[in-house]
Amino acid sequence: MKSDVILFENGKRLDGRKPDELREVKIEAGVLHRAEGSCYLEWGGNKVIAAVYGPREAIPRHTQNPLRAIVNARYNMAAFSVDDRKRPGPDRRSREISKVISEALENIILLERFPRASIDVNIEVLDAEAGTRCAGLTAAAVALADAGIPMRDIPVSCAAGKIEDQIVLDLGKEEDNYGAADLPVAISPRTGEILLLQMDGHLTLDEFDKALDLAIKGCHIVSDIQKKALLEKYQSVPEGK
Amino acid sequence: MTITPSIKRDYLEKLAKNGKRADGRRFDEFRKIEIETGIINKAEGSARVKIGNTQVIAGIKMDIGEPYPDTPNEGAMATAAELIPLASPDFEAGPPREKAIELARVVDRGIRESKLIEIEKLCVEPGEKVWIVFIDIHIIDFDGNLFDAASLAALAALLTTNVPSKRLELGEDYPLPLKEPPVSCTSVKFNDVVLMDPSLDEEEIAEARLTVATDKNGDIRAMQKGLNGSFNTEEIKKAINTSIDNGKKIQEQLYKSVGK
Repeated sequence: MKSDVILFENGKRLDGRKPDELREVKIEAGVLHRAEGSCYLEWGGNKVIAAVYGPREAIPRHTQNPLRAIVNARYNMAAFSVDDRKRPGPDRRSREISKVISEALENIILLERFPRASIDVNIEVLDAEAGTRCAGLTAAAVALADAGIPMRDIPVSCAAGKIEDQIVLDLGKEEDNYGAADLPVAISPRTGEILLLQMDGHLTLDEFDKALDLAIKGCHIVSDIQKKALLEKYQSVPEGK
Repeated sequence: MTITPSIKRDYLEKLAKNGKRADGRRFDEFRKIEIETGIINKAEGSARVKIGNTQVIAGIKMDIGEPYPDTPNEGAMATAAELIPLASPDFEAGPPREKAIELARVVDRGIRESKLIEIEKLCVEPGEKVWIVFIDIHIIDFDGNLFDAASLAALAALLTTNVPSKRLELGEDYPLPLKEPPVSCTSVKFNDVVLMDPSLDEEEIAEARLTVATDKNGDIRAMQKGLNGSFNTEEIKKAINTSIDNGKKIQEQLYKSVGK
């Protein structure tokens, strides 16, 4: 899609960022009372809450796996999170995102420890502005750690893309709408394994290499913020206990 | 639904006999209420309300639509509530069930029947184009008394709503025209005691529930009795009086939090 909007000029992007600059990311762990683990995350204009329940008996029973737990991630957008009100309930897009996020998380959780169980991860997008699946997965990972679910690593996600022949990190709203390509990636930061990868648009092989490198770089920056949020919650000792 | 173990029931009933509650409140006392508005950029109005550990987010979206044939000069409103599985281990994904529908309808009725939104001012072209106000309520942490939290969140969100005329090229944005908001207060009864603002544990052993919406003048604007237990007239009158007292305080806090 071409537009009259100039997305990249004089080394700066529409919102003033440099090509390899992230939007501001804020993470808070353990924000909900009922959930076993939870996380509130702001990423640019995105606001996301994630909550984890389980491991608990998987229902309906036919979904149970006698050898390991299943991960049931549910990505949902609030009706008021977008410009034109979204009809409540899952659509094809959110079902697909739920599936790829579930699969990414299944890779990293020690599922064999909980046969027949399900680990339910609820991701609620309250305010949406490009990159909600990366924000959602990143928040879900913190909520899982907050819930004490055993994992091989804390996964993290970030996107790179292409605007006006320039490879950039973390596409913003206009960049997502009018840019040339979008490449959301999730990794295990400790090993560098790629857990989620999607792309739309048009990239040459060289551009893809550059974009992937950049996205992984972004992942590592966000990973540090995730860990800081968890430390903040668990480093302080509650008084009188 | 979880089954409250009988130990918990005994405990709460014993406390109540001595005039006490598990969290140390008086019978007529609300938990701490927090109201925060303007939290969602994409929404025309939004609010987060906490009553104790219960947490609710309401967002308002507005759109142009066709009026109902019998009210060609009036805008319309629709309320939906979602008990998303994020909020409680007992909430399941899927289309709204009985509980979510009752909640949405009680909130909707409180706003609609009190004529809070001046819908006659939401007409763009008579018979053709009117504004439709969508109130969407998300429960994100469930620890009892959803009725009051949800309706308070909806009120706070409405009070901060701007009609998005600019986005739809209909002129300048302006604040949604509103009248006085009625505030709802819920009581429950078990074992012959009546408690204001039930926590989840209290709600689970409740025999009867009464929601009373009152306005600034202390007049009653809406009521709803729930559950299969009963009240006597004395209890009803007392519940109404405590609702008026609490309603006034909440009303003040609501106005303060939206800067009006």
